[in-house]
Amino acid sequence: MPILYIDGREYEARKGQTIIEVAFENGINIPHFCWHPELSVAGNCRMCLVEVGLVKRLADGSIQFDDNKKPIVNYFPKLQIACATEAVDGMFVRTNSPRVVKAQESVMEFLLINHPLDCPICDEAGQCKLQEYAFKHSTGFSRFDEQKVHKPKRVIWGPNIIFDAERCISCSRCIRFAKEIAKQDVLTFVQRGDHVTIQLHEGTQFDSPYSMNVIDICPVGALTSRDFRFKSRVWDMSFNDSICEGCARGCNIKIGVRNNEILRVEPRTNPYVNRFWMCDYGRLHYQYVNNNRVIHPYSRVENKLEKISLTDAIELAFQRLRAFHPSEIMFIGSAKTTNENNYLLVKLATEVFNTQNIDLFEHYDEKFGDDFLRCSDKTPNLRGARLVGVYPSETSISVNKLPEAIKSGKIKALYIIEDDFTEFPEIYELLDELDLIITHQYNFNLLTENADIIFPVTTFAEMEGTFVNIDNRVQHFAPALVTKNNLRYMGMKMSRLDKFGAHNDRWTKFELRDIHPSWYVFKLLANRFGSNWNYRKAEEVFMDISMNIEGFNGMTYKLLDEYYGIILGRAQNPEPKVPIYESHYMKP
Amino acid sequence: MNRINNTEHERLTFWEKLYLPEIAKGMGITFRQLFKPKFTRQYPEERWEPTGSYRGRPVLVLDEDGERCVACGLCSRVCPALAIEVQAGETEREKERYPVKFEINMLRCIFCGFCEEVCPEEAIVMSKDYELVFTSQEDAILGKDKLLVPIHKLQDRLEFLREYK
Ligand code: SF4
Ligand code: SF4
Ligand code: SF4
Ligand code: SF4
Ligand code: FES
Repeated sequence: MPILYIDGREYEARKGQTIIEVAFENGINIPHFCWHPELSVAGNCRMCLVEVGLVKRLADGSIQFDDNKKPIVNYFPKLQIACATEAVDGMFVRTNSPRVVKAQESVMEFLLINHPLDCPICDEAGQCKLQEYAFKHSTGFSRFDEQKVHKPKRVIWGPNIIFDAERCISCSRCIRFAKEIAKQDVLTFVQRGDHVTIQLHEGTQFDSPYSMNVIDICPVGALTSRDFRFKSRVWDMSFNDSICEGCARGCNIKIGVRNNEILRVEPRTNPYVNRFWMCDYGRLHYQYVNNNRVIHPYSRVENKLEKISLTDAIELAFQRLRAFHPSEIMFIGSAKTTNENNYLLVKLATEVFNTQNIDLFEHYDEKFGDDFLRCSDKTPNLRGARLVGVYPSETSISVNKLPEAIKSGKIKALYIIEDDFTEFPEIYELLDELDLIITHQYNFNLLTENADIIFPVTTFAEMEGTFVNIDNRVQHFAPALVTKNNLRYMGMKMSRLDKFGAHNDRWTKFELRDIHPSWYVFKLLANRFGSNWNYRKAEEVFMDISMNIEGFNGMTYKLLDEYYGIILGRAQNPEPKVPIYESHYMKP
Repeated sequence: MNRINNTEHERLTFWEKLYLPEIAKGMGITFRQLFKPKFTRQYPEERWEPTGSYRGRPVLVLDEDGERCVACGLCSRVCPALAIEVQAGETEREKERYPVKFEINMLRCIFCGFCEEVCPEEAIVMSKDYELVFTSQEDAILGKDKLLVPIHKLQDRLEFLREYK
């Protein structure tokens, strides 16, 4: 194992590691633009220059010492780039000597010569690596009075990306990402010197399902999202941690919110799930949270939906459900919602109604899956839902037997949460034959048009809970949006403007939805049936799960957060924590 | 504990203790003012024209070729009173952004001038307008229609800024 000295302190490196890697793992940040831990080394930005030296040795290999018994170090006359220099035994590195600082300032000056003064109109401002380094590692003024080079702006690279050639600092991160990770080698440098720019190969476009990741890794604002462009400044948004619910991978994400509206979704580093990436579908699949929401309980009166209060809705559900024999009711859980919600649905069905007619719909799309992140299981929590008990017994009705059972009159009432029959259209035709349909929904859809009682419930962005992903990793997430009922908990997690708005400010006129998570509705309903469930928050439901369901034993929300999610059954020996690399992010 | 010394020079003199001469002295000052020239202004018939250094309500500069603001949101960020709301949008002009919505809540504004100081485009400046009367809270929120002011009306302030900012 090579031992090297960075700024006078001793560090151990693994064979083949570069200086910047050793430094990063030990918490030393060497400024850099083009280096990224997941990409190959390009070594073209020169920002990571450091002073490197080797100890002086005699012919027999022994180290030479000076009069003070310190080894004599021969520093190379030229600075070396830390991202491409391999760490070797007896290496000495200085990361902030005057020569290094001068080199960093010069590199910054060169980069800024042709960089437009675009910050006021650039979406990256506030989370820009170049801005940050201009502040930390630059002299603070420009000596360049001549004309800047002009290059094309608003170049369309694909369905989701716009490129601004003037802002590009030619770090080649996007080119390497396209080639190495997205496996779509369509980008290349053209021209030379200060006229260098990036072009698509003729007749191609960058439309990989992972294309938008280049927006995050681009250290400047050269690449912008066509969906997000100019919607908000980053410092006006709140970024809260969550989990993508687009498919069973469960990529870790941050949700950017302003005015209680999701404006964009970004990947969050999880070394064991999605690394630094996520797919474009996951990023752009948030509109249903913002629009067309069910925000009142409804009941059907003479074929029309009418708003009712939650208490009345519970009472109505109680009265109507009571009229059926338990074996005539079918409970349909959801692979789209949390373990907590499914667990209480199962508990309601088995303990209160004493029926095993519990099942869920699986949503597979073979075309969606690939060999990187995307899975053909398009629900975030199929495994979890099954684990907490959403499956029929051998004698009870499963979803496959459901159409049959409805036709034969075995099933007269349907209780379905957070799912619909979009992929099973034959069931829609049978809905008329049912006497009662109760549903929990986020949006108005074909099912709400047929339902008798509708409870409005929170989406993943508004509640707390856990998902189990395709690798059996249990991951915890917390709300990113406020509802009337989590307002106190969300307090300081809201964006600056939302937090401080008063009633006469127009910028706080967001829809404060009076909705609850499904488990809360189950609790009310069970208590109406005479049980005494006293769960007050999702965490208490989860404690129940971790006590009763094998695999979850010993897990708590805190532990799940600490270890980036834990694989089922491994609460006692989770995978080790590792340093998390963040290229650049919003620092308020 | 604080000890209060009633020292010789702090005590009232004999004449002061009488009070009456002091009152007469005061009335004398008042009486003298009667013969001095008046400087009360007959507002609103007679109006005061502030100089360029005056910080009246903030307005947006309307240049010859349109509004200068690029909706960068810096004024909104710096405003200590959270008075400004900016919503950006995309245009075909060379500077890609423009404010779809720009509103200043004059009930919040404290006339500090930070917005003007931070603006990278010299697009928001403090005007000479000090007549701010509203009949409802809604009226006090000024939109782009009320904020945009042609540049020639703002020359004093722009010159002042160039000299002293
Ligand atoms: S567009 Fe961004 S990521 Fe790509 S080379 Fe330019 S600066 Fe780097
Ligand atoms: S791969 Fe799946 S979990 Fe990851 S971002 Fe895409 S849809 Fe979401
Ligand atoms: S003058 Fe001060 S308080 Fe008024 S809008 Fe500008 S920054 Fe805000
Ligand atoms: S700081 Fe200037 S350019 Fe930016 S939004 Fe405010 S007025 Fe417009
Ligand atoms: S990070 Fe080393 S040259 Fe760019």
